[in-house]
Amino acid sequence: MSDQKKSNGMWRIDDPALLRGLTQARVSRRGFLEASALGLGAMALPSAAFASDMMAKPAKLDATWQAWWEKQKPTKDLVFANWPYYIDTDDKTGKHASLDKFTKDTGIKIKYLEVIQDNASYYAKIAPVLKAGQSIGNDIIVITNTWQLTELIMQKFLTPLWQEKLPNFFKNASPSVISPAYDKGNKYTITWQSGLTGIAYNPKLTGREITSFDDLWDPKFAGHVGMMSDLTELGSAALLKLGIKPVTSTSDDWKKAAAILDEQKKKNIVRQYYDQSYIKALENGDTWISQAWSGDIFQAHSKGFNDLKFIVPKEGAMIWHDNMMIPKGAANPLSALTWMNYYYTPETAGLIEDYDNYICPVPAAQDYILKVLKDPDVGNSPLVFPTKEMYAKVNDYYVFTSYENYQAWSNTFSPIVQG
Amino acid sequence: MPYLLSLPSWLYLTVFFVVPLVAMLSMSLATGNPLVGYVFSWHFVEFARAVDHYWVQLVRSFWYGTLSTFLTLVLTYPVAYWIAFHGGRHKGTFLFLILLPFFVSFVIRTLAWQFLLSDQGLILGSLKSWGVLPEKTYLLSTSTAVIGGLVYNSVAYYVLPLYVALEKVDRRVVRAAGDLYASPAQAFWRVVLPLSAPGIFAGFLLVFVTNVGDFVNAALLGGPGTRMVGNIIQYNFFDAQDYPMAATLSSVLMFLLIVAIYLYARVFGTESIQEYAT
Repeated sequence: MSDQKKSNGMWRIDDPALLRGLTQARVSRRGFLEASALGLGAMALPSAAFASDMMAKPAKLDATWQAWWEKQKPTKDLVFANWPYYIDTDDKTGKHASLDKFTKDTGIKIKYLEVIQDNASYYAKIAPVLKAGQSIGNDIIVITNTWQLTELIMQKFLTPLWQEKLPNFFKNASPSVISPAYDKGNKYTITWQSGLTGIAYNPKLTGREITSFDDLWDPKFAGHVGMMSDLTELGSAALLKLGIKPVTSTSDDWKKAAAILDEQKKKNIVRQYYDQSYIKALENGDTWISQAWSGDIFQAHSKGFNDLKFIVPKEGAMIWHDNMMIPKGAANPLSALTWMNYYYTPETAGLIEDYDNYICPVPAAQDYILKVLKDPDVGNSPLVFPTKEMYAKVNDYYVFTSYENYQAWSNTFSPIVQG
Repeated sequence: MPYLLSLPSWLYLTVFFVVPLVAMLSMSLATGNPLVGYVFSWHFVEFARAVDHYWVQLVRSFWYGTLSTFLTLVLTYPVAYWIAFHGGRHKGTFLFLILLPFFVSFVIRTLAWQFLLSDQGLILGSLKSWGVLPEKTYLLSTSTAVIGGLVYNSVAYYVLPLYVALEKVDRRVVRAAGDLYASPAQAFWRVVLPLSAPGIFAGFLLVFVTNVGDFVNAALLGGPGTRMVGNIIQYNFFDAQDYPMAATLSSVLMFLLIVAIYLYARVFGTESIQEYAT
């Protein structure tokens, strides 16, 4: 979650996203999804049975917003701001089949922008505009479930979703994205893609298989352990090692977590607190074992770094969600709802998933990918369509309740990274 | 009215320097948070909090800044000297060659060092395979790499003022020193070096101020315990969203730099240097 991306245009030296490293690439990684390579072979069980465990229903809007939505007139445009490399793209023409199909079916033209490079700096960019009550010119934006998302909700910068217009979401969404802790009842957001934060390592350098967060604290790897500079990721890893669920953790737990992180640093075990550049350190062999985002390891494979492995540690992994939402002042809110509903079909989600390869929020897309797109690598991957067993091992992030609460977390963990 | 001619400069300074500066100073004295907004409140305690929290990184920044500037001077002086005195008609070409790498964005160049310095990379990998360095040695993520990056990135800013100063040295004076039985070493230490002092001084200011506030090298080449105050400001602004702290630290940094430059000018001031030279 959070942090870096590469901009689609110029390298700007004042671009903070660039300065902090490169991008959190939401990159296609076709064909590198063998379950065995992930140490997840045992978990590759059918996931279809899991899809209908829970039924959610559209919730009613309050009267003001109901009236607001009913007043809106349909438009033929949609401006969609997303992260780079995050939608199906034809290698040769650069076209997005899913978007073109949407335009054909609905007559709505999409202006697709790859402008979001990391949550914090994107938030810093749009917050003053939204605060002034002006439009940021986008109808849909995609934000990870970070403090920035909580802040967008607290600041009332988002338009509540008219859930009656999203029947496909309630029909097809995976239980893992229905009513998440950070947005109860999906009042403002629905998930675009999810992903895991676990451990990546190079068995040739570690000399043994890795199974646990304890391995990140192993003095044998001193100077070659990579930890993340993102404070939410860093703190959550330490909490998991202590056997504490991050989502229900208290500030006392955070102090305990900070203490073991401090010890890890003082023993010179940590090579560096990395942003997105952790992946380069792994590829170069500077780090042997590192906190990692699942997607990047596949990208590394496609670049030829086949030694790298990604695992879900026995203590569990973190799951993050990138979410679609409608900022206030959007000019085409009905078009935005139409797209959101359109996305939650096996066809559209399947088409996009076959390129994206993160965790798909539409379990039924698995069949579409296997039978229509005939891509078993993606369709059978437990990382794209996790099994129930795997979902049982993933953890949600702590949801901040106020700025002071967020500051308490930051102040607990920032001395480790910034000291 | 000749004063009118300065109007564009005044306007420029007001809009792009005075206004942001006042905004920064007033934010450093404000209280609040991003959710409720900020109120100006003469909150001077923030300054004490900033120094108390981050004095380590402040001291580190000044230490890295001083050391890297000094190393750059030692490294670039011979080069500038050689070009100015022995460059012949190719002086322009040599200068251009030195500046050439600096046409590439410095972030890209610094990222290239990540690749060159990696544990099994071109430099360390070779040295290790020849047995010169033990297998466990690494450079990336250390203060050595950060200071090295700072030096590397400041070369052009030091070579130019040094070259200009050395180029201006009257060759007849150097020859006169020889006529008066000064050895080449004596002529250098007692004639050329003092005459090039304005270049040393100007380059030092230019490089020192830039390096103390730098955060790219620490971010890309540093590790635990190498963050500089620039990184802290960036962290407070974007991640912690503690705008008063970010503004306060910026103000503290600016204030400390002004004091440092003032002291530096008093000790090695241009006037005294020129007096010494004449």
